[in-house]
Amino acid sequence: METKEFTIKWGMAIDLDKCTGCGACMVACQAENNLAPIADASNKIKVMNWITVYELSNGKPYPEHDVAYLPRPCQQCGHPPCVSVCPVIATDKNEEGGIVSQVTPRCIGCRYCMAACPYHARYFNWRDPVWPGGLEKALTPDVSVRPRGVVEKCTFCHHRWMAAKDKAIVEGRDPMDLPEGEYVTSCTEACPNGAITFGDLNNEEHEVAKLASSKYAHRLLERLGADTQVYYVSRREWVLRQLDNYLEDEKVKG
Amino acid sequence: MEERLLHPADGNSTSRQFGGAAPFFVGLVVALIFGWWAFPGMLFSEQEQPINFSHKVHIQDAEMECSACHYFREDGTFAGLPTTESCAECHSDEPLGEDPEEARFIKEYVETGKEVKWHVYQKQPDNVFFSHAAHSLESCNNCHDFSEVELCSQCHIDVANMDKAPTYYENKLTTYSKQTMKMWQCERCHAHPEHYGVTRSSNACFVCHK
Repeated sequence: METKEFTIKWGMAIDLDKCTGCGACMVACQAENNLAPIADASNKIKVMNWITVYELSNGKPYPEHDVAYLPRPCQQCGHPPCVSVCPVIATDKNEEGGIVSQVTPRCIGCRYCMAACPYHARYFNWRDPVWPGGLEKALTPDVSVRPRGVVEKCTFCHHRWMAAKDKAIVEGRDPMDLPEGEYVTSCTEACPNGAITFGDLNNEEHEVAKLASSKYAHRLLERLGADTQVYYVSRREWVLRQLDNYLEDEKVKG
Repeated sequence: MEERLLHPADGNSTSRQFGGAAPFFVGLVVALIFGWWAFPGMLFSEQEQPINFSHKVHIQDAEMECSACHYFREDGTFAGLPTTESCAECHSDEPLGEDPEEARFIKEYVETGKEVKWHVYQKQPDNVFFSHAAHSLESCNNCHDFSEVELCSQCHIDVANMDKAPTYYENKLTTYSKQTMKMWQCERCHAHPEHYGVTRSSNACFVCHK
């Protein structure tokens, strides 16, 4: 399968050694992308998190015990399994920047993409969103609210890129050559530890490109060949080992 | 009647066939009239603007540009319709013209500080993202030779020569405007191969949809 090439490739590098699992990224994402709060978040059928934090453990008893936290947004695959199964082209990867689009009004809710996504990054609206206590007045105007019956996912806060481009155009700058940090996702901005780095993977001056080329940078289930645009950085061997399925005697790079 | 049914091939079959076709054609015509003429009228409600605004007076007589009132904010967002405050920069105490609508605007809106609830002909559904900044004169005039009015009226109703604000048609079911731009109109440029490379135009879904 061929990977579509783009001049700009928005990507993320998440430092798992910096992540404390606080969940600020999840909260920021919910607020930014108009995800309705639900009364009982322990109900995993109903709960929606475009980015969700997983807990990893090395499984050893006390003195050697260690944990890590893994925030998982949509991985924006180079050749996304969700796109090839969508019967109505509600999701596609055809725009400069390499963000996998999700046009919810076009979605028919068949959920093939959810079955295809190896990262469980897609969510289905089983219910219409409910906004308690006038919360609908605080919705982000640039993000459309989804009704029940459609699938949604992280879009790398695509609307923020549009806003950054508009600003650049009005100021007479080239919108396809944004300085680093002018467009970042909401989770990147919210992380109190600076564990998330966002930028253009194709631009060598961007911090994210440097991080992604580090030998400590791995991708989730990299050997599936989805060619994702989210990198995870850790110096702990046991953490990197959990990012893919390794045989016991197999060596993990880095 | 029974006799005929018992012997369908008998006698005047031609006239009976015609008798079957006539109600069909009458029904077809009635259905077409209903579908093409009556139903659209029932579907859309006609609404006039709360104040008659003459674009002609502003553009031709006062020689203003579209962007004098419909401008960009510093953060790159498009301001859209001007506020009463910005209209009041010119229309404050005394009416500038003879039009009673102007006097009414000053009395009812400027003096009370109320915003006019304009009907927006181009109001797009919530899932549409449109960047006014991207559709700039600089970009289009790389090849075209548009004036500001010409560029705006590629998508908007050409109000530059209108003394009376056009009637707004609202879909009673969806509350969308009838006059809003449809996707095929966007495609005239976005799906035009000659635009690729010259402009930043792209036909990817996420360029316009959210």
